[in-house]
Amino acid sequence: MKKLLLFSLFTLLIIGCQSKVENKNTQKEDSKQELDKKPISDLSIYNLPEKWTTQNGKHIELKELRGKVLVMVMIYTSCKAACPRLVADMRNIEKKVPDAFKDKVQYVLVSIDPETDTPERLKAFAKENQMDNNQWLFLRSNDEQTREFSAVLAVNYKKISPLDFSHSNIISVFNAEGELAFQQEGLGVDNEKAIAKIKEEAEKVN
Amino acid sequence: METQQLNRIQFCLIMLLGVSISFAQAPKNMARISAGSYVPLYGTDNKLPIKVDAFLIDIYPVTNYEYLTFIKNYPEYGKSKIKRLFADKSYLTKWPNDLSFGKLNPKSPVTDISWFAAKKYCECQGKRLATLDEWEYVGMADEKRIDARSKEEFNKYILSWYEKNNTYNNPVGETYKNYWGVYDMNGLVWEWTFDFNSTFLSGESRKDKDTDSNLFCGSGSINATDLMNYAAFMRYAFRGSLKASYTTKNLGFRCAKSLK
Repeated sequence: MKKLLLFSLFTLLIIGCQSKVENKNTQKEDSKQELDKKPISDLSIYNLPEKWTTQNGKHIELKELRGKVLVMVMIYTSCKAACPRLVADMRNIEKKVPDAFKDKVQYVLVSIDPETDTPERLKAFAKENQMDNNQWLFLRSNDEQTREFSAVLAVNYKKISPLDFSHSNIISVFNAEGELAFQQEGLGVDNEKAIAKIKEEAEKVN
Repeated sequence: METQQLNRIQFCLIMLLGVSISFAQAPKNMARISAGSYVPLYGTDNKLPIKVDAFLIDIYPVTNYEYLTFIKNYPEYGKSKIKRLFADKSYLTKWPNDLSFGKLNPKSPVTDISWFAAKKYCECQGKRLATLDEWEYVGMADEKRIDARSKEEFNKYILSWYEKNNTYNNPVGETYKNYWGVYDMNGLVWEWTFDFNSTFLSGESRKDKDTDSNLFCGSGSINATDLMNYAAFMRYAFRGSLKASYTTKNLGFRCAKSLK
């Protein structure tokens, strides 16, 4: 089954490269719907073509998040060491951002272990960690796209055993256009700068 | 019962596919690398061998000429068009314009190339970037041995190359042909790998035991093992310092392909 999956993924990849014209057509349709929006900037993560699955099993494209300030982190749910602290850092940030900005900021946790972190597992993790509301979005994809996304976030990671990963502890803030606005590196660091940046960017959102 | 049947059909299909691929000759300009295992010099904390499945790898790094052909088909990867997210400002910096590599040798490896661009190039050939382990596995071979890492001459060759300037101006295929029939793994340019960002040398990872103090402490005379470790350390440290949009004059790439 896995092989078949890999094979179909591979086929998809080839199609992804060949059907340029088709893509352009659908892009045109998309842009029709977004006529009021300006084009995606060169530095925006919304240039990434990736598709993700949420903790609720919904399939989304990253660009559906456009228009909100994103606070992003990469984690895996079976992590016992750094991630609980990283998740706590995210919660602390969320608590300190004023309620007035609630619907302008999205907190996103991206799994670096898509094999283990099924939507069900992400959902359970969200509940356990009191992150089970619309403010919180959990995403998973496949190894390939996860690697690409980590490259964009400058997060290094490596599988070191079946259930364990080494990874950088970085929280990234993106503005409403998907451009990187701020990165906080390390665990339990002073989050004032991150919060100030989130507020600043959220204020720009209509 | 039904699932059993399905499984059987699936199995047959996979076998058919597998057989037809593994008995077919490697595609033009690719070499078939047999499965095996090796113990990486860095990046693991347990020193256990890592299994590498059989795969195909380009015999040469991708050249300026080949990359130009790619840009002609995918103009969005031209130096003036590429999005900043995918490559920094020095992307193809020596190319006079989008559709010309100017005075560069068409047969030299393309450099000043970002990870995103390299990855896209490979995908559009129906290939992919080699993983770090695959690359190291092929790169440890000299002309005769699968693993020449403990050989003094081999390490001296690699280290003397690290000291040479501007080898990226040389054409591909002029260094040694290794055990697998692959050229230029060492001696021409550094190369992107798919998971280049899986190295930790900064000490931020809790499992990080890579920064081997033996490398820097005066541990007496330098022997072959020290040279070997030093050569590998240079490669891993270099990868660890990269970001996916970075481009530099001595960093190129080649593609690989899975067999299953």
